[in-house]
Amino acid sequence: MFPFTIEKVTSVEAAIAAASSGRRLIAGGTTLIDLMREEVEQPQQLVDINALPMSEIRIDRSDLVIGALARMADVAAHPDVQRLQPLIAESLIEGASPQLRNMASIGGNLLQRVRCPYFRMVDAACNKRNPRSGCAALGGLNAGHAILGTSDHCVATHPSDVAVALVALDATMRVKGPKGERTFPVEELFRLPGDTPHLEHTLLPGELIVEVRIPWGPHSRRARYLKVRDRASYEFALVSAAAALDVAEGVIRGARLAVGGVGTRPWRMRAVEAALIGKVPDRRVFQAAARSAVEGARPLSGNHYKLELLPPTIVRAFEMTGEIA
Amino acid sequence: MTTGIIGQPLPRVDGRAKVTGAARYAADFNQPGQAYAVIVSATVGLGRVAGVDSAAVEKMPGVLAVLSHLNAPRLAYGPHKSYIDPATGERLHVLQDERVRFHGQPVAVVVATTIAQAERAAAALRVSYNAERPVVDCAGPEARAIVPEAGRQPDARLPADKARGDADRALAEAPVKVDETYDIARENHNPMEPHATIASWSGDRLTLWSKSQVVVNEQAEIAAIFGLPPESVTVICPFIGGAFGTSLRTWPHVTLAAMAARHVGRPVKLVLTRKQMFFTTGHRPRTVQRIALGATADGKLTSVVHEGTGETSRYEEFMEALTSVTTFLYSCPNVRTRYRLVPLDTGTPNHMRGPGEASGVFALECAMDELAYKLRLDPIDLRRRNEPATDQGENKPFSSRSLMKCYDLGAERFGWSRRTPEPRSMRDGRLLIGMGVASASYPAFHAPATARARLLPDGTAEVEIAASDMGPGTYTSMTQVAAETLGLSVERVRFSLGRSDYPPAPSHGGSWTMASVGSAIRAACIAVREEAAKGRKDRPIEATASSQRDPEAAARFSMHSFGAVFVEIAIDPDVGTIRVRRAVGAYGIGRVVNPRLASSQCTGGMVGGIGMALMERTVLDARDGRPVNAHMADYLMPVNLDIPQLEAHFVAETDPHVNALGVKGLGEIALVGIAPAIANAVFHAAGKRVRTLPIRIEDVLTRRSV
Repeated sequence: MFPFTIEKVTSVEAAIAAASSGRRLIAGGTTLIDLMREEVEQPQQLVDINALPMSEIRIDRSDLVIGALARMADVAAHPDVQRLQPLIAESLIEGASPQLRNMASIGGNLLQRVRCPYFRMVDAACNKRNPRSGCAALGGLNAGHAILGTSDHCVATHPSDVAVALVALDATMRVKGPKGERTFPVEELFRLPGDTPHLEHTLLPGELIVEVRIPWGPHSRRARYLKVRDRASYEFALVSAAAALDVAEGVIRGARLAVGGVGTRPWRMRAVEAALIGKVPDRRVFQAAARSAVEGARPLSGNHYKLELLPPTIVRAFEMTGEIA
Repeated sequence: MTTGIIGQPLPRVDGRAKVTGAARYAADFNQPGQAYAVIVSATVGLGRVAGVDSAAVEKMPGVLAVLSHLNAPRLAYGPHKSYIDPATGERLHVLQDERVRFHGQPVAVVVATTIAQAERAAAALRVSYNAERPVVDCAGPEARAIVPEAGRQPDARLPADKARGDADRALAEAPVKVDETYDIARENHNPMEPHATIASWSGDRLTLWSKSQVVVNEQAEIAAIFGLPPESVTVICPFIGGAFGTSLRTWPHVTLAAMAARHVGRPVKLVLTRKQMFFTTGHRPRTVQRIALGATADGKLTSVVHEGTGETSRYEEFMEALTSVTTFLYSCPNVRTRYRLVPLDTGTPNHMRGPGEASGVFALECAMDELAYKLRLDPIDLRRRNEPATDQGENKPFSSRSLMKCYDLGAERFGWSRRTPEPRSMRDGRLLIGMGVASASYPAFHAPATARARLLPDGTAEVEIAASDMGPGTYTSMTQVAAETLGLSVERVRFSLGRSDYPPAPSHGGSWTMASVGSAIRAACIAVREEAAKGRKDRPIEATASSQRDPEAAARFSMHSFGAVFVEIAIDPDVGTIRVRRAVGAYGIGRVVNPRLASSQCTGGMVGGIGMALMERTVLDARDGRPVNAHMADYLMPVNLDIPQLEAHFVAETDPHVNALGVKGLGEIALVGIAPAIANAVFHAAGKRVRTLPIRIEDVLTRRSV
C-alpha cells in the first residue's frame, strides 16, 4: 500500500473543496481500502467524510429519501424503507455480508468499482485501471462478466445490487459540487465503457452525492429482488433482477424491471416492462415479455449461460412480486 | 486403567484459549527487533528473470534488503525427502537461479523495518522477464501424460498399473455397462490461518515459529536446505488455524524467512498473503478419470476399469491414492486401475483433505449410481450385492469393515426409505428435491511415534510429543488417552505438542495421528504407571516410549475406515440454484475417542465436501498460468448459509488389529464421499448427470435440461 494522509472534514463545503483539489473522499471504505491494499488505487490524500450530516433516512411526502452516508445495514433495517420500498431493503440484504453492510454507505455503494479479477491485479492488462493496456478478461476468465453494454475495451459488470433496485424504481440523486447542486436519475450516473472504461460515472470534478430519492408508486409494495448465485451469500450476482408490478383489477398497470450481473451498468429493461402493460400477471405473460431481455446481448467465451439464465430470473422475480417477501 | 475417559464427549481442553485469543499461532510469536519480509511473486508463468531493479527499492524508507537470485546466498539444499515429499523430482530451490517455473514463484524477497514498508517496497520492485507461454491445462492438446516413476514397481505403495482378471474383456462382454469420464477442478486448501514463519538466528542455531503440520520434518528440511545439523534447528508451532494438508510440506517461504533473517541479522517475520497461498503452498490437483463398470443384469460387477490422471509440476511427481479404493471397495473378479501424471508449468500439488481418495471415490461412486439407474436397482442395494468378504486387491481379510452397517444406520437416520428413485420425482413446492448416497473409505494408517510422559511430585502429569493439532482436537483426545492410561483426571494431565525438540511424531495428516501419537502416548503412560506401581516413591517418574503397528497384523490384514454418506439437495428449477439441505454420514472408524470431537471433525469434512462438489475451483489463465480467482470473494467456499443440518453417526466397531487403542482415523474420510453423494442427488433432483466438479448453476440450467 502506498503511504497516504487522511483528514476529516465536517462540512459539505469542505468536502467539495477537498474533492475539487484532487483528494479522494472516503466513507465506509469497503471498496477503496481493498483496492489500496492491492495498489489498484493509489490515493495520497484521503478525506474522511463520515462526519458530514448526510446519513438521514426520511420520508418526504411519500418519497423515500436516503442520505448518501446512511449505512446499508441501517437502510435495510429501517421500518419506513421496509414498509414503503421493500425492494430497497431486499436488495441491500442480498447485496453484502453483515460486516460490509455495517460499514458501507449508500453513496459509496453506487460508486463501488468493478469486481473483474483482472482489474484487481495490477500486473494484468486492464483498460479501466490502465487505459489502452488492453482487456485481459476478453481472452481469460469472464464467466461473471457482462453480456449487455460491453465494448471491445471493457466487459466488467457493475457490481452493486441496490443500484439495480434504484434504477428500477426511477430513483434520482442529488449531488453537490463547486458549481452548485443538481438532481438527475440514478440511471444516468453510470456510463457505458465504450472506449473510455476508466470513466465510470457522470459526476463532475468535486461533486459528491448528497442523497438518493425514491419516489413511491403503486408498484412499490409489490416489488422483489432476486439474486442468482452459486453460493447462498457473499457472492456477486451471476444474474439478478429487481422487479415491481402495479396490478389493479387483475391487470398490470405498471411494471418496473432492472437487471444486474449482466450489464456494464445496472440495466433497465423498458421493452420487457412495456410488453407487460395491460396483461394479466401470470407465468406465460412474464415468459413472453422476458424473451426480449437478451436482445442485443453479446456473450463472451465463458458466459453464454447468462443468455439462458437471464429470462427465467426475470420471470421468477415477477412471480415473486405476487408472493410475500 | 479403565476409567472411561476415552469415549467421553469432553469439550476441547484448548477451547477457552482459542476463543479468548490466548492460543498463540506462528505469527503471534513476535520477536524483539523483528523485521518483516514480503515475497515478490513472478508475474509470468514460465521463463527467466531478465533483471531485478533493486537499487531504487533499496533506497526506500525502512528497506533493509532486497534478495533475488542475483544476490541471495547459495544454499546447500542437501538431499532430504520424507514420505510427504514427492518420491521423484527435486523441490524448488528458491532464489537460486533465474528460472521461473510457474506463475507466482518467488523471484525476490524484500525485508524492511515495518510490514507497511516491506509491502510497499515489494510492490515497487520492478522485475523483468523473458517470458514463455506455460502449459497449465492437463486435458489440453499440449498435455503429455507420464507413468509416475514411483508407481512403476508392482509392489509400489501407489502402483501406476494394477490388475486382476481381465477387466477389458469382461467389460466388452458385460450385459450392462457404464463408461464415463469425470473431471474435478484444481482446489486450494484455503485455511483461515495464512502460512507464517518467524525466523530467528543465534549464531548457527535457528529457531522457527512456523505454521507446520509436522515440525520434525520442517526441522529436517530446513537443516538440509541450509546445510545444518538438524539439532541446530528448532521448529515451534503449538496451534494451527486450519491447514487441510497445505502445511505438510515445508514450502519456499520458510526458507526465505530464514534466509532473510540471516541476511539482515535480526529476526524476520514472513506471512503469506491470501493470493500467495494460491502460488507456492500446493493444491489438490485437477484430475480427469475414466470409470468403466460392467455388470450382470442382476447387478453383480464383472468389470471395473479406473483410469485416472492428475496434474503435477515439471519438477516433482506428486502422487496420491487416486485409484486405490477401486481395488477393494467392491467385489469384482476383473479390475484394472491405471494412474498417470501430467507435468505442467505450475507449482507442485500436495495433499488436500481426503487426498486421492476424495477424487477417486467421486468418480467410482458416481459411476456406481449411474449403474444402479441402468439396472433399476436402489443404489444401496447395488452396493450390497457387491459387498466383498475380503480385500480382493490385496487378497487379505479386512481388519474390520462396517460399510453395510454404515448404510443401514445412515439410511435409517436419513430416512432413505422416503426416497422415490425416479429422477425429478420429489418436490417441495417449486423446488426439485434430490437424495444421493455414496460410499466413503480411507486407509487406517499407522506410523512409528515416540512420546514422553512425566509424573510429577504434585500428582499431575506432563506428556510431550512433537505432534500437531490443526483443529481435530488432538490436544483433547491425547489428554484423554494419557489421563485414562495414568488413572488421572484430565485436569491433572498437561499435554504439549508442536515443538521439534519433543519426541518425534509423524505428520499431522493421513488420519493417523490418533492411532500413531495416541499409541505412543499410551505406551509412555503405561511405562510411567508400571514404574509407579513398583512402589517407586521419588518423583518425577519419566518414561519415553515408542509405538508402531504390530508387523504381523499389518501383514495379515487390510485396514481401512468405511462410511456411507447421504445428502439431500434442492434445485430451483427456474434458475438452477443448487442448495444442500441436509447431510448424514455414518462411519465405521473403530473406537471413537471423543464423540463430540469426532462429530465436529465429520461435519467439517462435510463442509469441505460441499465446497468440492458445488463451489471450489482454482481457475488458471491459459495465457500465463495465473490463478485468476486467487481471492476469498472469487474462490467460492461454503458460507454459513450453505451449511445446513449436518449429522455424523458412528457404528459400533471393535478392531483389535489396527493398534492398541483400536482407532482407525477420521479426518480424511470425513470429506470422502460427500461430493459424489451430492452429484448423485443432483441427478436424482434434476435428471441431469453432471460429471464435472464443481457443479454450478450453469451446469444444471443450460441446454434446457432441468
